[in-house]
Amino acid sequence: MIDALTPFLAATIRTATPLALAALGELLVERTGLINIGLEGAVLAGAFGALAGATAGGVAGGYAGAMLGGLLIGGLFAFCVLVLRADQIITGMALTLLAVGATGTLYRAMYGATGAALHAPTSGPLAIPGLVAVPIVGEALFDQPAVTYLVYLLAPLLAWWLARTHAGLALRAIGERPDAAAAAGIAVTRVRTLAVLAGGALGGLAGGTLVLAQAGTFVENMSAGRGFIALAIVVLGRWRPLGVALGALLFGAASALQFAFQAMGWGAPYQIFLAAPYLLTLAALAGAMGRARAPAALGRPL
Amino acid sequence: MRARARNVRPVLIALATVAAIIAAIALLLLVGGYDVPRSIGALWTGSVGSWYAFTSATLVRAVPLMLTGCAIAVAFRAGVFNIGAEGQLLAGGAGAAAVALMLPQAHGLAAVLALAAGAAAGAGWAGIAALLRERFGVLEVISTIMLNFVALYAVSFLVRGPLQEPTHAYPQSSSIAEAIRLAHIPGAGRLHVGLVIALGITLAVGWLLRYAASGFRLTIVGESPTAAASAGEIDVRRETTLAFVASGALAGLAGAIEVLGVTYALYEDLSPGYGYTAIAVALLAGLDPWRVIITALLFAALEAGAGAMQRDAGVPSTLVSVIEALLILGVVAAQAIRVRRTSSATAVDDTADDVLQERSA
Repeated sequence: MIDALTPFLAATIRTATPLALAALGELLVERTGLINIGLEGAVLAGAFGALAGATAGGVAGGYAGAMLGGLLIGGLFAFCVLVLRADQIITGMALTLLAVGATGTLYRAMYGATGAALHAPTSGPLAIPGLVAVPIVGEALFDQPAVTYLVYLLAPLLAWWLARTHAGLALRAIGERPDAAAAAGIAVTRVRTLAVLAGGALGGLAGGTLVLAQAGTFVENMSAGRGFIALAIVVLGRWRPLGVALGALLFGAASALQFAFQAMGWGAPYQIFLAAPYLLTLAALAGAMGRARAPAALGRPL
Repeated sequence: MRARARNVRPVLIALATVAAIIAAIALLLLVGGYDVPRSIGALWTGSVGSWYAFTSATLVRAVPLMLTGCAIAVAFRAGVFNIGAEGQLLAGGAGAAAVALMLPQAHGLAAVLALAAGAAAGAGWAGIAALLRERFGVLEVISTIMLNFVALYAVSFLVRGPLQEPTHAYPQSSSIAEAIRLAHIPGAGRLHVGLVIALGITLAVGWLLRYAASGFRLTIVGESPTAAASAGEIDVRRETTLAFVASGALAGLAGAIEVLGVTYALYEDLSPGYGYTAIAVALLAGLDPWRVIITALLFAALEAGAGAMQRDAGVPSTLVSVIEALLILGVVAAQAIRVRRTSSATAVDDTADDVLQERSA
């Protein structure tokens, strides 16, 4: 039993990492009262950016490309919603569609329509001396790619930043009462733009993680709804960074459980395991919605 | 004179849109380094260049796009962001296939039964999201997308499990009996009578939305739920749920018609994303089912032509998604700019506003 625990925990962390990155980014966006459904597109654009960047400049180039891909989607969302004042939901949907089309087209144009298995350089696990020796959890938690440690730092850092700094307070104020925030001298549009850009970059980083720390290659539509699941995780985590991190862990555990069940040779059809994260999202949303309090201005037209 | 000007304007807008789309494609092809004249030529021959291409490629694709576009129009009008037409279409295809396979020796009436089963399955699939929205306040944007994935895996399970053909060699169901299939339209290649059904229903739904009291109620609810409830004494929840479920039924019917008229069996890849294209179809039509007929034809031709472009000129067919996305962005941006000039908020924004307010309360 103990033998199975370490791989299970390791798989949990591995699956949770991209979800946590995307959800933490979207948390920033939603705390300013905006909702970016285009997060799914940012994750996908990030995955493609990672492939393109890694082909040119190795793992570092890959992560840079991933963030650039996500930033591009975030920038487009900011332009459409904050400058043109287009509808947020439809803009987000269109940006996801754009990412699907653009990454598919570029991938086929640059790497051939056959989709021959391309290998991007990957960042291997980086064991943290000392901590990795902790029994049971050590290896699972501290023998991961560097990007996972970034999440360990980012979640508490964001929690502190939102709760304890002036800038964090300003950001939260915009999400509750944008008019009052503007009256108090906060540059509402500038903060929102920065939040959307940061959210896009983190979404892109999540996509980059899929390519550079997990799959080692790009597949069309490889985001597979992770951006949408991350949107649900923000609700589940009640718009708080540490809650969001926990929510991501829950989803990671559910996905890891599917590997465990499959390994145990359960008779159930494998499609049930594939559908499990999406079903869990529905169940979690139904359970969480009533109790959570969203930022008051969330999704309101500008 | 005024009336004539009003009739001419939409035609001009339609022509301008087509010209803009072709220009955008040409530009993207140029940037991508493709043979532009050859690609555009393939786009033309693959979509409207011949009677065969027009009927068997374009019109066959227009049937599901019309119905799913109509489904999106009904939902969005009522302020319901149903992104789940794809899943509802799959549910409808599965429901129709299941019923059709249960009635192997039946006559034409069985086809009606199978179509009804498809519509019911689509309505049921949308009903899950409608229930989650009304009972638990779950954003339908997220729930319908999740249900699209679930539907895909459910069909994948069905064609490898309960509905798999008897030899268990292929991930597909048995073929449905000849008598249940939708007849081909004589002299029109692979085109089937599903076109007549889709046209009839789209015209009828458009009429309901324009002239009937029920359609008016639905639009009012979409534009201003609070006003509808207070001044119109309309049961807003009932109207939105009804629109959501009706939307699912339309998408489900699209899936049923695909199975009965095109594939004759249930496959995993029953839909190449009609449910997603439908969003562009409906938005470009200004959420008006009558105009959906035109925009569905436009996108059907575009997708048929894109297939030919990939075959003949090596242009990735995913280019169409880029065009669709740019069109949607163009439409919402234009709407937002127009609305800002005239009033303060759009119908869609109002709804999202009220729904979210209600939920956060």
